[in-house]
Amino acid sequence: MSGDAIVAAYVFILAIFVGFEVVSKVPSTLHTPLMSGANAIHGIVIVGAMLVASAIPGPLGTILGFLAVVLGTANVVGGFVVTDRMLAMFKQRPTRKTE
Amino acid sequence: MTVATLIPVAYLIAAITFILGLKGLSSPTTAVQGNRIAAAGMLIAVIATFFSQDVNGGLPVILAGILVGGAAGFYGARVVKMTAMPQMVALFNGAGGGAAALVAILEFARELATGRPPDLGVSVTTLLALIIGAVSFSGSAVAFGKLQGLITPKAFRYAGQQLVTGGIAAATVVLSLVLVAAAITGTITVDPILLIAAITILALVFGVALVMPIGGADMPVVISLLNAYTGLAVAMAGFTLANQLLVVAGTLVGASGTILTRLMSKAMNRSLANVLFGAFGAATAAGAAGPAAGDDGRSIRSIGPEDAAILLSYAQNVIVVPGYGLAVAQAQHSVRELADLLESKGINVKYAIHPVAGRMPGHMNVLLAEANVPYDKLFDMDQINPEFQRADVALVIGANDVTNPAARSNPGSPIYGMPILDVDKAQNIIVIKRSMKPGFAGIDNDLYLDPKTAMLFGDAKDAVGKVVQELKKAA
Repeated sequence: MSGDAIVAAYVFILAIFVGFEVVSKVPSTLHTPLMSGANAIHGIVIVGAMLVASAIPGPLGTILGFLAVVLGTANVVGGFVVTDRMLAMFKQRPTRKTE
Repeated sequence: MTVATLIPVAYLIAAITFILGLKGLSSPTTAVQGNRIAAAGMLIAVIATFFSQDVNGGLPVILAGILVGGAAGFYGARVVKMTAMPQMVALFNGAGGGAAALVAILEFARELATGRPPDLGVSVTTLLALIIGAVSFSGSAVAFGKLQGLITPKAFRYAGQQLVTGGIAAATVVLSLVLVAAAITGTITVDPILLIAAITILALVFGVALVMPIGGADMPVVISLLNAYTGLAVAMAGFTLANQLLVVAGTLVGASGTILTRLMSKAMNRSLANVLFGAFGAATAAGAAGPAAGDDGRSIRSIGPEDAAILLSYAQNVIVVPGYGLAVAQAQHSVRELADLLESKGINVKYAIHPVAGRMPGHMNVLLAEANVPYDKLFDMDQINPEFQRADVALVIGANDVTNPAARSNPGSPIYGMPILDVDKAQNIIVIKRSMKPGFAGIDNDLYLDPKTAMLFGDAKDAVGKVVQELKKAA
């Protein structure tokens, strides 16, 4: 294994522990926002998509790169916006009449 | 120091914000801020990436992609109804999985274009990113279709299904091994592009085959699992690109998805393997063959909204048990109005939330929060169960299997052992339900035959609305 891969493996293992530690403290009330918030975070794949978007010359490579960026961005933007919308409802507000 | 050397620093900051963002979710008061911190970190990472030399020629493609994807994501996120949240999350999740798979394909093609034999570690992680991402993409698409009602939410099963699904998985693994072997030996006999295409297609088909046999009631498990998959796919893509930020972010999500998957499976007293491959349909048939409810002389007591109103107005403690029927009928606002009325009469109202109420983890909490129900009135199963015996009325709205006492008492029942809300211990039970049709598990509920139980038939929103009218009249 190359040095890069070993470093990545360390990061991977440590992140597993951090992830379990942090997420186990989330109360069940917030499980849906947790899920959509985590959803937004894996949208970081957009960075990967940007890095390889122009890796392959030619129309097919361009189309695949474009699609990767589209999907990644939709994931990021949609995920964060929807989570924000949801969390706004958990703010304690004085009675506001809906409907 | 050039700008490019700052990119890893920006990524480090982003990784920290993601951890802080998840940490913020441990309390409703810090959650909004946490989510925004993570979003800011994401923005920093994306801006930093623009300065990478890998981006050079791709700028127009990237900008166009961000514009299209951003608009689609923003629009979808703004218009989605809270009841439709599970399918929206499935959709965004699938998008992430698809993106990870595409990144893997492009990275593979780039490796191949160099002419050098690809590194073993890179080949393996790239393949994993491709396969897991593709499974998550197509699996999420099917989950979306089921939740949206585009395809039947029922479990889709046929003879020899597990063999076929297993065969697809085996073929994927074999082709992957061929590709990895080619990478090790450096002797490529088959066109690697062809192999990659075949693996991609197989993985996509596997994703469909994996989710199709899973019924609507098991969706909280499936959504959590697919979420974990995409996280893992992104982490693998991070290995491939030697990008630690992707590794950290993907792994965090993988961990959160795994935890939720375990919690949801536990809440249904089923192993993950049982949810994925177990024949819930077959178990249902066996359950139906058991002692048929209603044949033993006990009968159902049906009441009208006025009786329900009287019962409620004489109560001291009321526990509302909301289920998916409430979500479907969009009755959360009516329920809130009812609770307000009862509280104005000095009656104590609490909500009992089963972990799998709704179609994704914590879904019911979001729906009630949307109707401005204060979250400190929502109680977990473990917190509220001891209180049912002190409750004068348990008001069950559109919930079924999670209240079925057979889960405690009848070892022959397919849901036996599933943790349930002890609704039957309340002094009086009012069940609002459209009809006597069984719930998702397809089994009869003994609770409805309990002498303490009164059935109020009707659409959840209508029925609750009528009870509210009656209560107002009496006041």
